[in-house]
Amino acid sequence: MNAPTAEDLRPREGEELVFDTNPVLNERVTHYCPGCHHGIAHRLVSEVLNELGVAPRTILVAAVGCATFTYDYFNVDSVEAPHGRACAVATGVRRARPEAVVFTYQGDGDMAAIGTGESIHAANRGERITAVFVNNTVYGMTGGQMAPTTLLGQKTTTTVQGRNMGNEGGPIRFCELLAQLDGVAYAARCALDTVKHVREAKRALRKAFEVQIDGLGFGFVEFLSGCPTNWHMDPIAANKRIAEVMIPAFPLGVFKDRSKGGEAKDA
Amino acid sequence: MSGTPERVLAKGNEALAFGAVDAGCVCYFGYPITPQNEVPEALSTLLPERGGRFVQAESEVGAINMLLGAGACGIPSMTSSSSCGISLMQEGISYMAGSHVPGVIVNMSRGGPGLGDIGPSQGDYFQATKGGGHGDHRNLVLAPSTAQECYDFMFKAFALAFKYANPVMVLGDAVIAQVKEPVRRTPPPGALSREELDALCSPWRIEGYGARPNGSPRLLKSVYLAEGALAARNELLMKKYQEMRKEASFETEAVEDAELVVVAFGSMARILRSTLRHLRAEGHKVGLLRPKTLYPFPDEAFRDLAPGRRFLVVEQNAGQMVEDVRLAVNGAAKVDWHGVMPCIFATAGDLARPVLLALKGA
Repeated sequence: MNAPTAEDLRPREGEELVFDTNPVLNERVTHYCPGCHHGIAHRLVSEVLNELGVAPRTILVAAVGCATFTYDYFNVDSVEAPHGRACAVATGVRRARPEAVVFTYQGDGDMAAIGTGESIHAANRGERITAVFVNNTVYGMTGGQMAPTTLLGQKTTTTVQGRNMGNEGGPIRFCELLAQLDGVAYAARCALDTVKHVREAKRALRKAFEVQIDGLGFGFVEFLSGCPTNWHMDPIAANKRIAEVMIPAFPLGVFKDRSKGGEAKDA
Repeated sequence: MSGTPERVLAKGNEALAFGAVDAGCVCYFGYPITPQNEVPEALSTLLPERGGRFVQAESEVGAINMLLGAGACGIPSMTSSSSCGISLMQEGISYMAGSHVPGVIVNMSRGGPGLGDIGPSQGDYFQATKGGGHGDHRNLVLAPSTAQECYDFMFKAFALAFKYANPVMVLGDAVIAQVKEPVRRTPPPGALSREELDALCSPWRIEGYGARPNGSPRLLKSVYLAEGALAARNELLMKKYQEMRKEASFETEAVEDAELVVVAFGSMARILRSTLRHLRAEGHKVGLLRPKTLYPFPDEAFRDLAPGRRFLVVEQNAGQMVEDVRLAVNGAAKVDWHGVMPCIFATAGDLARPVLLALKGA
């Protein structure tokens, strides 16, 4: 079966258009698995860039993992970073092009394991960039190995008995870790499991871009996301896992807000 | 640093920094390491004074990836480090090569392996000229021999980086880095203006699609997963490396009637120049061939000189450039080798004996 073309996706006669594309996200069919939340995260980023009117001067720094191919879907100029180095590459882009809007889009392994150093120091320098952090507690692209955010007891292909505090340590709460840094202007954790949470996520994402545009510092938003494939669940069960298992371990909220009109909060 | 604006007394490191800003460098990213610290120290003042940006990175890994980002934007940018720091940069250098991203990387190398020593060494020849990182890639490599060349070669480095959209390494050592000598601060022939550099990168740089009339997004990347895509990409790279071959450069001294041609680069060539002039005065038929580019290697110079002569390669390592000399000569002449161990300060007198031994064919 051929992938549907953009034309196939337009409403046919008698059909009502209730949800349209936006020009920042192209109409390619993504490579993501059914039930994966990258699609929602992409949609939110594209809506925010579109509403802020900044897409023509936006530069995406793509990471490594399932998120590598983000540049196939966003209609913005892009550069690929080595695994974990997106915040360093974004620093170079930011310093080279002060007028640009710069964002990274990174998974948990990329940002909070191999790229911890680059991420923390870019945040600490207060680089005017926005980091979109997709936390699904597992390495997706490589087939389900332990991530830095894997929950205690969670079974992965490299923790077949479940993640063990004594051997692997516990999950990293990256949002709290970054929020304490003076260079961070906005840090929030949201979830993509329900309509309510998705709406909150969009508001947080918008702020994470606004603090960059307003020159206030580093903007960070963490999305608790589902990976039905590597969790070995159907999408509905995956959403349930976010609500019942992930959110208790990764509390939702705004951990830092120095945006205009925002209330400064401690981590 | 002292002197007139046009002529200054500067260490090689300081000359590199002057060369960088005079050649149009806008961004510097780097992490401190001896023996190149005068480069970031000078640029931390020189760049902001000229509207440029200086970032002290959290590591060499951070620095090279910042360079990747700035280079992708088509903004003339550089980093500098020394041996062990350059090892950490190899990942980013490979990505820059794979993504056709320009950038200038200064390596004022030190002794290794491991933490080694901070003194002079040419032990990074392989790392610099054979790609260094993973995958099939090459860096253009320039080897200055004086503080003046440190200055001049920065212009050449930026011009080549933008002409080929490729990383360029300037490879010196602790002697080149720390010796202070007069430097003329005037652009050498072939220097490109900022406008010329901009014109070279305008077809591919990322800037935000709104900056272009057609408005179609651009992407710089090194990943090619579709069947045959990487093969096609690497063929493109190989074609570029073939084109680079015309950039090979070298200088010779007293080779016309020489029976023995001594081959050396960087600080060793500087010392050997004195040795050879002294031996010439005593009537020995010896000459010098100094590659100024280590990649591309000046193969043709060796082929031209091989008939009726023999070669002696002198380098401050355990035998690296000698392999390229033997490949270039391809059996057409005898090639001897003399190595100086890292962090030993050889004098012109010390090197007379190995030259005379090679001349006699011992």
